[in-house]
Amino acid sequence: MHDRPLAALAAGLAAREFSSEELVRHQLDRIARLDGGLNAFITVDEEKALAAARAADERLARGEGGPLTGIPIAHKDLFCAKGWKTTCGSKILSNWVAPYDAHVVERLAGEGAVLVGKTNMDEFAMGSSNESSFYGPVKNPWDRTRVPGGSSGGSAAAVAARLVPAATGTDTGGSIRQPASLCGVSGIRPTYGAVSRYGMVAFASSLDQGGAFGESAEDLALMLNAMAGFDPRDSTSVERPGEDYRRDLAKPLAGLRVGLPREYFTADLAPDVAACVTGAIDELKRLGAVPVEISLPNQHLAVPVYYVIAPAEASSNLSRFDGVRYGFRAAEYADLNDLYRKTRAQGFGAEVKRRILVGAYVLSHGYYDAYYLQAQKVRRLIARDFTEAFEACDVIAGPAAPTVAFPLGEKSNDPVQMYLEDLYTISVNLAGLPGLSVPCGFGAHGLPVGLQVIGNYFDEARMLQVAHRYQLATDWHRRRPGNLR
Amino acid sequence: MLTLDEVRRIADLARIEVPEGEVAALQQQLNGIFGLIEQMRAVDTAGVEPMAHAIDLTQRLREDAVTEEDRHALYQEGAPQVEAGLYLVPKVIE
Repeated sequence: MHDRPLAALAAGLAAREFSSEELVRHQLDRIARLDGGLNAFITVDEEKALAAARAADERLARGEGGPLTGIPIAHKDLFCAKGWKTTCGSKILSNWVAPYDAHVVERLAGEGAVLVGKTNMDEFAMGSSNESSFYGPVKNPWDRTRVPGGSSGGSAAAVAARLVPAATGTDTGGSIRQPASLCGVSGIRPTYGAVSRYGMVAFASSLDQGGAFGESAEDLALMLNAMAGFDPRDSTSVERPGEDYRRDLAKPLAGLRVGLPREYFTADLAPDVAACVTGAIDELKRLGAVPVEISLPNQHLAVPVYYVIAPAEASSNLSRFDGVRYGFRAAEYADLNDLYRKTRAQGFGAEVKRRILVGAYVLSHGYYDAYYLQAQKVRRLIARDFTEAFEACDVIAGPAAPTVAFPLGEKSNDPVQMYLEDLYTISVNLAGLPGLSVPCGFGAHGLPVGLQVIGNYFDEARMLQVAHRYQLATDWHRRRPGNLR
Repeated sequence: MLTLDEVRRIADLARIEVPEGEVAALQQQLNGIFGLIEQMRAVDTAGVEPMAHAIDLTQRLREDAVTEEDRHALYQEGAPQVEAGLYLVPKVIE
């Protein structure tokens, strides 16, 4: 059953070929057998999952099911799900049980999707390898000595190993697209404001956006149909009519202008990745797309700007974890200030602390203009590059990550090398644009490579159309790790 | 580049205890990050409006009415120490 894409599973459930309970039991059994070696999950709750599956079966029996009713899914462990431990991959929230549902959790549950577990992630979504998790690194299902990418590495690995057919993630600087690329699955980060951030633990509020992983672009469209939409509880949620993200999947690509940023195809891109991405662009041409060379002249400033803005917002957002209101508190302390200092020193990992400190510095008196304000100005220049580029093209295509999955431990002691993993994804977040990654071949060591497709604001349906047409012509997204039966 | 004293100062501002033996290593890591950030500072941004949000939004207004129920007790369940609806912390006034 785990070999079928979402739409086929929904058809099987609708035809009563199998029940949701059978499907969920099958996936729980797979998790029990395989996740020991992957560490993709922080929490799995069989009892809750089976209860939800039985409720979905009753709904299906009444003929009231939708495309996700009875489908097992997983949430990245920063989405609050009522009654579920929600750790953010951190010690500081290791004992915290969410008292309410995130908008995304509520929406998917409302559709009858069955939550089986919460997935592992870099601590507070800060990382590109999943090695900063307090719960240990996730292993890449294609090669367990390598990273799955991050920060949504657990969700990407869970889908890659077909432990669940689909999962949620968040993408602040590439945290959906980069792990999707490294794990050989499809993943989408929608336009900022398309998916509510209510109940999603905040990292960098002006960049964070929830999205999804699945086997195919069609799976992503089905997930987004449930997840996206206006929510008054998120002040940045955009009020716009609901849309069917599948609506353009059947349309051919003839005449579609695909922008190729010259800054994406330089010596920074590994030759094996470049070969796969170029091959994918050739395939798009065969499907009728017209390549257009474009330029994003401020692209090289995206990583530096991000490492001012994201830490600044994080230092402010994470000030709430003080040992008073949530989760963990240090066992011994002299006074209130010492309680804060010791709780945060013991509760946060090294990477989270580094980013909080960078943020505290760039926001501090005397440095604000030179760092934070300057970064916001350069951010506008980066966003403008995209606005101008989209005058000449409909979508932009390029790599999602500069290399295939790297060995565990290779970059974990060198923050700057780790940050450069997000070279091709970060500018999209700064601009607030949507981006996706779909499997487009195998590079060095037989490891998967992703093709990134970037769209204009709220142009997800077109991006998914491009990805879907590509997936009709190729089968990279159907390949799976051979060692996980 | 940050001095050792600046590292101690921002750690204090951020309320994160850093043992004295770890300050130098932390300084080195942070300066690596600031080395990466540095190239952004030289860009000419005269006349450029700062971009604070990903997309242009105006703050929504709503009726001045109560929309949330009182979930005080539920939300405090996750706190380390609570008594009579209050969060407990060490004594701050002698």
